[in-house]
Amino acid sequence: MTHDDTGGGPALRTAGLGKRYGHVWGLRDCTLTVPAGAIVGLVGPNGAGKTTLLEMIIGLLKPSEGQIEVFGRTAQANTAQTLARVGYVAQNRPLYPDFSVADMFHLGQAMNPNWDMNMAAARMEALDVPLKRKVKALSGGQQAQVSLAMALAKRAPLLVLDEPVASLDPVARLEFMREVMAQAADGGYTVILASHVVSELERFCDFLVVLAHGHAQLIGPVDELLGEHQLLTVPRTTPDADLPGTAIHRTDSDRHSSVVLRTSPATPATRAHPGWQTESVGFEQLVLAYLQRPAKGANSSNPARGAEPSGPTTKVMSR
Amino acid sequence: MFRFRLDGSSGVPPYLQLVHQVRQSLLLGYLREGDRLPTVKEVAGDLAINPNTVVKAYRQLEHEGLAGGRPGQGTFITGTAPSAPPDAQQSLRASLEQWFRDAQQAGLNDEAVTALIAVVRHDMKRETVG
Repeated sequence: MTHDDTGGGPALRTAGLGKRYGHVWGLRDCTLTVPAGAIVGLVGPNGAGKTTLLEMIIGLLKPSEGQIEVFGRTAQANTAQTLARVGYVAQNRPLYPDFSVADMFHLGQAMNPNWDMNMAAARMEALDVPLKRKVKALSGGQQAQVSLAMALAKRAPLLVLDEPVASLDPVARLEFMREVMAQAADGGYTVILASHVVSELERFCDFLVVLAHGHAQLIGPVDELLGEHQLLTVPRTTPDADLPGTAIHRTDSDRHSSVVLRTSPATPATRAHPGWQTESVGFEQLVLAYLQRPAKGANSSNPARGAEPSGPTTKVMSR
Repeated sequence: MFRFRLDGSSGVPPYLQLVHQVRQSLLLGYLREGDRLPTVKEVAGDLAINPNTVVKAYRQLEHEGLAGGRPGQGTFITGTAPSAPPDAQQSLRASLEQWFRDAQQAGLNDEAVTALIAVVRHDMKRETVG
């Protein structure tokens, strides 16, 4: 791990972070702490604020309000120090098509003080990508690997990956993520991985951030979050108020309802209700339950009850 | 070298899948005392899986006395499979066979039997936990 950058503190800390575009908030009220060494899954629909958050973390966007610290230092937009502390692989992999791989690497070297050319070259050799080949002659998977090699060669302790595999075929996706996970094991990186593919995230991340409607809906270590939720089956007539926790997502059938429930620490034993059945909640189920919640916060003065476009069998509860 | 697999759609948490595979391989004799398990980096890079998950699985195996870390060398199998003594297995098998025959006579099909086993196991787990 590199010099004083980790120092035992969290990798990332934000407080009341927000970004406004004109009069529309792209992200608001985002307060989170990511421990060093975590691999964070960042999930949310398009327009939820994922890229906004990532671009503030890497220093490409200036926050409208709130604070953001990367390894204990304020992330200042567009400064060399901030940019050097974060390796970034963007959605569209901005490589220069007419450059060779070697040219791209020399550019990286010129822009990054800690650049590790040996590592970048060794990665390409391991993947059979000739350094002389032009970027435009590489496959999508190879281009993604060049981008990853460039992010890793910066020797930055935080790696930010914004939908890096979205356009890749399944084998190239797997190869890319194998590399990311092997590097995470080796170098003690903290990784933030934004992805739409919820079903794939479980094997990658140990920390979860779910964004929707420009707000963080769920933040925490995956194990803890799974432990704090359960899937409860109750008679349909049971009102939410009688449930031992907060109903996050409820599906009503004719006679029974399935509820993804956030249990409170003082959850009464459900054994008192012989007709109730509890099961543990799976990762994907948990994420989807939160993604389907209606907007809260700004709209909380106007409780969404009945206002959301709920189908006949599914209703989503706001807090 | 032992290689792990991962089924992303099984619903079983990834770290438990790794633990189960070691237990099962011990039972089947594919893993023996003294065998070295792959390093955390090897498993993470092989399966595209979070290295912390591998660490967690190895810790669980150590906790169960099935594996142990040797500094600088890796993680090795130290235990043998926790299996019931042969006589107990024999009689358990006999009573299970009888139970399956009873279930069949009562008109339960395979699905109903599986569901019943899951419910009983779930309830007993809850009793031991709570």
